[in-house]
Formats: sequence, C-alpha cells, structure tokens
Amino acid sequence: MCGTKRKGYTAMKFRTLRRHFRESFKSLGRNGWMTFASVSAVTVTLLLVGVFVAIMLNLNKIADDLEHDVEMKVYVELAADEASTTALEDQIRETPGVAEVIYSTRDQELDQMIRDFGEDLKLYEQSNPLREAFYVKASDPQQTAKVAQTIDEYPNTYEVVYGEGKVEKLFDFLNFGRNAGLILILALLFTAMFLISNTIRITIVARKTEIGIMKLVGASNSFVRIPFVLEGIWMGILGSIIPILVVVFGYLEFYDYAEPRLRGEMIQILAPVPFLYIVTGILFFMGVFIGMWGSFMSVRKFLKI
Amino acid sequence: MVTTTNTKPGRAVLQAHQIRKSFGSKLNSTEVLKGINLQVREGEFVGIMGPSGAGKTTLLNVLATIDRPTSGTITIDGNETSKMKDAQLSTFRRDKLGFIFQDYNLLDTLTVKENILLPASLGGLSKKAAEEQFNDIAGILGIKEHGHKYPHEISGGQKQRTSAARALVNHPSMVFADEPTGALDSKSASALLGTLEDVNKSRGVTIMMVTHDAVASSYCSRVIFLKDGAMYSELYRGDKARQAFFQDILNMQAVLGGDRVDAR
Repeated sequence: MCGTKRKGYTAMKFRTLRRHFRESFKSLGRNGWMTFASVSAVTVTLLLVGVFVAIMLNLNKIADDLEHDVEMKVYVELAADEASTTALEDQIRETPGVAEVIYSTRDQELDQMIRDFGEDLKLYEQSNPLREAFYVKASDPQQTAKVAQTIDEYPNTYEVVYGEGKVEKLFDFLNFGRNAGLILILALLFTAMFLISNTIRITIVARKTEIGIMKLVGASNSFVRIPFVLEGIWMGILGSIIPILVVVFGYLEFYDYAEPRLRGEMIQILAPVPFLYIVTGILFFMGVFIGMWGSFMSVRKFLKI
Repeated sequence: MVTTTNTKPGRAVLQAHQIRKSFGSKLNSTEVLKGINLQVREGEFVGIMGPSGAGKTTLLNVLATIDRPTSGTITIDGNETSKMKDAQLSTFRRDKLGFIFQDYNLLDTLTVKENILLPASLGGLSKKAAEEQFNDIAGILGIKEHGHKYPHEISGGQKQRTSAARALVNHPSMVFADEPTGALDSKSASALLGTLEDVNKSRGVTIMMVTHDAVASSYCSRVIFLKDGAMYSELYRGDKARQAFFQDILNMQAVLGGDRVDAR
C-alpha cells in the first residue's frame, strides 16, 4: 500500500501544504476570542519589549558618548624647552592605547580657565602661572587609568590628571547599567515567552479533543501540528504590528523633539534610520518565533493519544 | 436472520497473543489484562462483554492501537501493530482501521460530510473519488441529506451514524466500536446496530464492539465475555435468531455476575 501512495507524493504534499495554510487561517477566525487573547498577549509583551529595547539602546549610546568623553590631561614640566616638549608629544603619540593627542599652550590653557571660571582670572594674563598641557584620549576609554600611569613615567611630565576615582566610578556605573539592561531585556523576553505560550496553550487545551480525533482518524503528528504552528506564526505577526507601529512612530516623534535640543551636546540619541529597522526586525521575528515556539510546545502535549 | 457466513472460518484479520496490560508505576501496578489470546476472522462481528472493570475498554484500546500492551503481540491484517512506531501507527489507523465511540468524536467545526471524509482526505483522496465514497457510505447509513449540516444541528443517532460512516469510509480491515450505543435511545441504538450488522454481512466488514448491553451484543456473530482481565467464555450466534442469542447472552451474564442488564 505504501508503494502506490508514494507516486502521488509530491502532488499530495503540495495539496497538503495548501490545506495547512487554509486550515490555519480558518482556525484563527473560528477561535476568534482565543485568537484575540493570544494576539493581545503578544501585543502587550512586544510593546513592552519594544519600548524597553528602544530605551536601552539609547542609554547604551549615551553611555558610549559619556565614555568617549573621558580624557586625561598631561601637564608639562615648566622647565621643559620646546624640543623636549615635542619629544614628549611624540612619545605620548607612540604609547600603545593612545588615540588622540591635542597640544595646548599656556595661553590657551589660561583662556580656557578664564572661560570656565570668569573674567576675574584675566589678572593672570600679566604673568601666566599655568603649564603647557596635552589632552590625551585613550582608544579604549576603560583603559584610561593604565595609559595615564604609563605617560606619568615619561620625562618632562609634571602630572597626569584624569579625574581619578571619578572616572572609575563612572565606568562602574555605566557597566552596571549595561548589564542590568541586558538582564532586564532577557528577563522580559523570558516572561514574554511564557505569557504567550501559556495563552496559546489555553487555546489549544480547548481544542484537545480536536487533536485527539485527528490523531485517532489517522493524522500524523506533523499533520496535526503544522496548522497550529502556522496559526501561532500568524498570531505572532498580528501581535507584532501594533508594537512596531507604536515604537516607530513614537520614536520618530521623540527624535524630532529631542534631536534639535541635543544638537552640539556631548550626548546624542540614535538616528532613526538603522535603529528603527533593527527594532522592527527584532519585534517582528520575536513575534514569529514566540508564536511558533508557543504553539509547537503546547500541541506536543496532546499528540499522544 | 439465518446466516452461516459468520461461523465459517475465514482469514484471521486480528490475532492477539498473550496480551498483558498494567497501569501504574512499577511498585504499584494493577494488571488489567492478564494474558489474553484472541483471534478475529474476516467478516466477524465480535462483541466484548463483561462486568465493569473487567478490562473491556482496555482490551479494545490495546487491540485498536490506541494504547500499547505491556507485553504480548497483536497482528492486524498481517502487520504486527504492537511493534510499530507512532508515525507508522498513524498511517496504519488511517488506512486500515475505523473507530466509533460512545461520544461520537466528531469535529464540531466540520460539516457531517467533511467529518465523514476526514480519514479519506488525510489519505489524499481526489475530490471525485471522495464524493463517490461519501455518496456510497452516507447512503447506507441514511445521512446523505444531512451532509451539509454541522454536528450540533443533528440528533445523537445521526451523529453516531456520521461517526460510523467516518469509520467505514476508507474500507478498513477492521472497525472498533466502544459502547457505540451508550448515548443513544433504544430506537436509535437498534437502528445503528441494524446498520452495522447490515454492513458486516453485505460488505464483510469486520467489527469489534465493546458493550455492556445484552441487546446490543445480540447483533453480533460472536460474543466474548471477560472477567477480571481474562477471557471467561465466548458464545457463537451460529444460525440462531437474535432473540434466542439474546437469551443465551442473558444467561451467560447471570452466570458471570457483575452488572445486571434489564431485558428490553
């Protein structure tokens, strides 16, 4: 009997696949309220995930900005002449881990100070007590302290200042924030999976007998499962529409509001173009995956007759 | 009512050897079937009777591939089902077996016609062939005109006939029925049993039916009595009229004890 069945196998396969698709769509409508419940669960969770991911990615960006703003200031010995200052500059440039060196003369230093602390300091223009300085940025900001130590050893350096203590604290805080954000996102995803697969499970429990009958009549496991899994995917996609729209339009709105206000500031938020594609992709595929996984796992239980 | 075909030894469709079935864990298990040997020949209509807890339904489920025996071998139509994998069993059930249950087991979301053709559609039957199958089988069971209705729109008797039609649509080697008349009134019950008896005789469909109702089992060609998980005895109808066979069954039940049946 198997031999005769095999001949029409591919034709049958195609027809079966079409049936699966039709069946999965029909069943969405047939189980209207259950579909609604599952789709809402997906929507709510993905909305949370979407908003959270948007915030986290931006916070991450801000943390990066802050981090890259960390620099050290190398004061040159007053006794150093021009040649040895140039030699020091070259030496600093060649230090591993140094990304950027900016030289600042004593007059520039004083100007900066007057700008920062007020006109009263103009008195010092008669006799400038300040030193020449190099502003140095480390290629990896987290390595600032180490690079500073190295530079401090060089001849003709008077002092290296990088906000010791404060910088470490800032980095600790930023790292903590990143890790906490990652954990929160993972936890949220995990909860989302359970919330959705539970809702889907309830809808499937209601159709336990249906599965039993199909099995009894001689349907194979995959034949029973495929429409459910497809249905799960449709629910996932339906559920991801609203969160995607909300995040995309919400973010565009926010960007329009925040971007002009942050222009020229140290911290910047992410430009919508690659960012929103990424978030849309994440939400869409999460919807699909969660729907698929949720129904796959839930049907499995009832396939034994 | 006189027939000889039923007692004529035909080809054995079902063979069960030393079937044992236990439920529960290793430490605390109950043996429900205690080594049953059984043979059903082609064209037989076998009834299984016995008091509550005798293992009737368990035996049927094990024979019908719904449950697996703890030990022993079952062969249906030359295939050893007790050794088959789940995937193989699905195909086997679809092509070789039919089922009728007390609670109909119809899909509420499908029409009567779709329900009947479900096993056929699983087998990838063409539309035209399916149409013919439906007309044929629904005609015999008298539900052709209800084909477009949904299960909740028809009576219990009609539902059970739909379920019987579904069981028969793929021309199975064997039909298993578990208390098919359990939820029906006596009129619908006798109509259904009459049809089953008819199909059994005219088409040679082999049927195995579990029942606790002596009236229902009087339609069978052989009745097997179980007690405490073992074969107790069996009765052949032979050339007897149904009424006489019914009397035999009642007598046997009296000997067997357990649940009493009020004669209808």
